Amino acid sequence: MAPKLPPRLPPQHPLEQAGEAAGPAGHAEAGYHHGPKGLLRWLLTTNHKEIGTLYLIFSLSMFFIGGIFALVVRAELFQPGLQLVQPEFFNQMTTMHGLIMVFGAVMPGFVGLANWMIPLQIGAPDMALPRLNNFSFWLLPVAFTLLLSTLLMPGGGPNFGWTFYAPLSTTYSPPSTTFFILSLHMAGISSILGAINIIATILNLRAPGMRMMDMPLFVWTWLITAFLLIAVMPVLAGVITMMLLDINFGTSFFNAAGGGDPVMFQHIFWFFGHPEVYIMILPAFGIVSAIIPTFARKRLFGYASMVYATSSIAILSFLVWAHHMFAVGLPLVAELFFMYTTMLIAVPTGVKVFNWIATLFQGSISFETPMLFALAFVVLFSIGGFSGLMLAIAPADFQYHDTYFVVAHFHYVLVPGAVFAIMAAVYYWLPKWTGHYPNERLGRWHFWTSVVGVNLTFFPMHFSGLAGMPRRIPDYALQFADFNMASSIGALLFGTSQLLFVWMIIKCVRGGEKAPAKAWDGAEDLEWTVPSPAPLHTFETPPRFQHQEH
Amino acid sequence: MSGSYYVPPQSKWPALGSLAVGVMMVSLGMQLVHGIGGLVMTLGMAAVLTVMWLWFRDVVRESRQGLYDAQMDRSFRWGMGWFIFSEVMFFAAFFGALFYVRVFAVPWLDGEGAKGVAALLWPDFTASWPLMNPPSESISGPREVLSPWQLPLVNTIFLVTSSVTLTIAHEALKEGYRNTARNWLIGTILLGVCFLVVQGIEYYEAYHHYGITLQAGIYGSTFFLLTGFHGAHVTIGAITLSVMLMRVMKGHFDRDDHFGFEAAAWYWHFVDVVWIGLFIFVYVL
Ligand SMILES: [Cu+2]
Repeated sequence: MAPKLPPRLPPQHPLEQAGEAAGPAGHAEAGYHHGPKGLLRWLLTTNHKEIGTLYLIFSLSMFFIGGIFALVVRAELFQPGLQLVQPEFFNQMTTMHGLIMVFGAVMPGFVGLANWMIPLQIGAPDMALPRLNNFSFWLLPVAFTLLLSTLLMPGGGPNFGWTFYAPLSTTYSPPSTTFFILSLHMAGISSILGAINIIATILNLRAPGMRMMDMPLFVWTWLITAFLLIAVMPVLAGVITMMLLDINFGTSFFNAAGGGDPVMFQHIFWFFGHPEVYIMILPAFGIVSAIIPTFARKRLFGYASMVYATSSIAILSFLVWAHHMFAVGLPLVAELFFMYTTMLIAVPTGVKVFNWIATLFQGSISFETPMLFALAFVVLFSIGGFSGLMLAIAPADFQYHDTYFVVAHFHYVLVPGAVFAIMAAVYYWLPKWTGHYPNERLGRWHFWTSVVGVNLTFFPMHFSGLAGMPRRIPDYALQFADFNMASSIGALLFGTSQLLFVWMIIKCVRGGEKAPAKAWDGAEDLEWTVPSPAPLHTFETPPRFQHQEH
Repeated sequence: MSGSYYVPPQSKWPALGSLAVGVMMVSLGMQLVHGIGGLVMTLGMAAVLTVMWLWFRDVVRESRQGLYDAQMDRSFRWGMGWFIFSEVMFFAAFFGALFYVRVFAVPWLDGEGAKGVAALLWPDFTASWPLMNPPSESISGPREVLSPWQLPLVNTIFLVTSSVTLTIAHEALKEGYRNTARNWLIGTILLGVCFLVVQGIEYYEAYHHYGITLQAGIYGSTFFLLTGFHGAHVTIGAITLSVMLMRVMKGHFDRDDHFGFEAAAWYWHFVDVVWIGLFIFVYVL
């Protein structure tokens, strides 16, 4: 997919090109922007670039907080036996790690990228509803402050796993669970409103001449992601509302004694939960589909099939939820149905991987940091995909269920999958944000330590899982000791190497090799037609987009 | 499209709004968990409403100043449309719970289904819907259920009629008959209020004479979950329509430019459709 623009560039604001860059957005010039400066400016902003930056900074902070929780878990599991923390606290750490990473780090990370890049990629002056955009963001710090504060409440924070299955999360939960529910409600409202904004932007604010099938794949994947968000976040809101009522008002939704059913919780939760995992991976597909063509200096192979594959994945995602529940006692027909639908998802996903590889074929490839992360994504995400296929086989899943094999599977799709894609995107678009290239040497160090760290952490989990080590326990049998020690060392390496990431970002914001408007010579999309750093306001007059055959 | 899309300047309402939502949520939690915070919660809710008022006032002013073009109008339409879709999915979760309980959970407790093991929990349990006798003795079920052909039927008539009167008001607005539009809109709001009053009576009856309570097992749970959230949406819809009434009287709306009104009408029709689903699946069947 390679839309070509006419040579005419959109109007630019000369004053924005001045050297000093005060923030990652790279624009602090007075005059243009009326209104308060300093902190208030960030609090009241309606600008998609500033809000995007806020989202990204928020996501990075949550990534570190969630990462510290993971390191507590890995430190305890370094050796068998109880060394550092009590089992109760260990449970809170696994739970909070999952919640923070899913709702605080990965989702806001992608929303931040969407905020920054979608208007630039479709030639829009801003998001469709800028004030709503600000509201969506500022709900998040409120929600996550409340969520984190539950750790300090009497009885401790959530300790029932990030999937908060009833009755663990209702009958047997700590008092703070009510606050957990309310904070998740706020995060959910934020997601829904953010997704509405993104959909309205994509459907309504494309540059004149840009048809749907001209949109960059990052925009396409986000359009479908936003649809999934609007479809399933309300279902999550529904299920936690039922929890709230069961806990505080004596209802019986998840209580068999009153005619309800704890298994119903799992059905409703996973009706949300499975699309949720695609919410966390579809934008990643879009990012990789932007980066690989750029550094292979070829058009993306099979643009249209990518769009159709993404749409099929989204549709199928509503029909597979009970593959998380094979061991709960489903009727046979349900086991079979959900097994086959789940395996069907491998087809569109395979199309995508095939297209990426076909794009690389005979390309003139260079290996800058964004490309390294994107290539690692293709390989390592595929490993996660294959272990997912293994898990989809219902009779086999009876063996793997709730073992470390599952942990290995979803960490492969989420860490070298979603997280690597976010990192690839940051390296790829930092020149556009800051006007400077990221430091290539630091980037390489960050990449290789991350790749080694990730694989050292999660690959051994396949073996400990297949050998029968259950997840979410602070202690384990002796035969798992070596695998766990390797995982813990890997986790420490991966965690520490993220400091290189932060250092690289700070360096890049403050200076570095100057980037031109088109920072990567193979990059084709609209964002590369505006100056680097992108001025605060871009495409105030929509550019005329000229269609080109794919 | 010539660069006329309006991008608002900085605004303090969104940030204040999230703060207000935070205060409301935290004090709601404090009220539920520790039994204190009810007053703060009320203040928080008032703050949320105030912020919404001020925020929408800005939007109305900008719209009246002619800052919005046709493209902005489409943004609002997409925004409202997808918002209603999110509400549909919210209710879908609740309807899904109702169907799951009725089709699977309750019969399984009586030993139906391929596995049949759930029957071992309470061997004496007999499945029925409405579930009058929850499996465990510790939970006493409803004594009697509400007949759909009394108050619920009246309420169905109220809501369906209100959808009609609202459409008449809309048509009048499109033809430029402002007073007619106003009158039919008042009628719509009154029907909504009547609905809420009848629902209040029904809740009173349910609690005091029928033994249908939140604690009366899964029947009471699903009944109040579905009707309660629907009632909350009727309340929101009636408030929104009241605001639109004020705007009609102030002459805010043109024949062909009145999306605020249309959005409120979309919402009202959505609430109406949900009620039809409720009437069929909660009351009749
Ligand atoms: Cu799944």
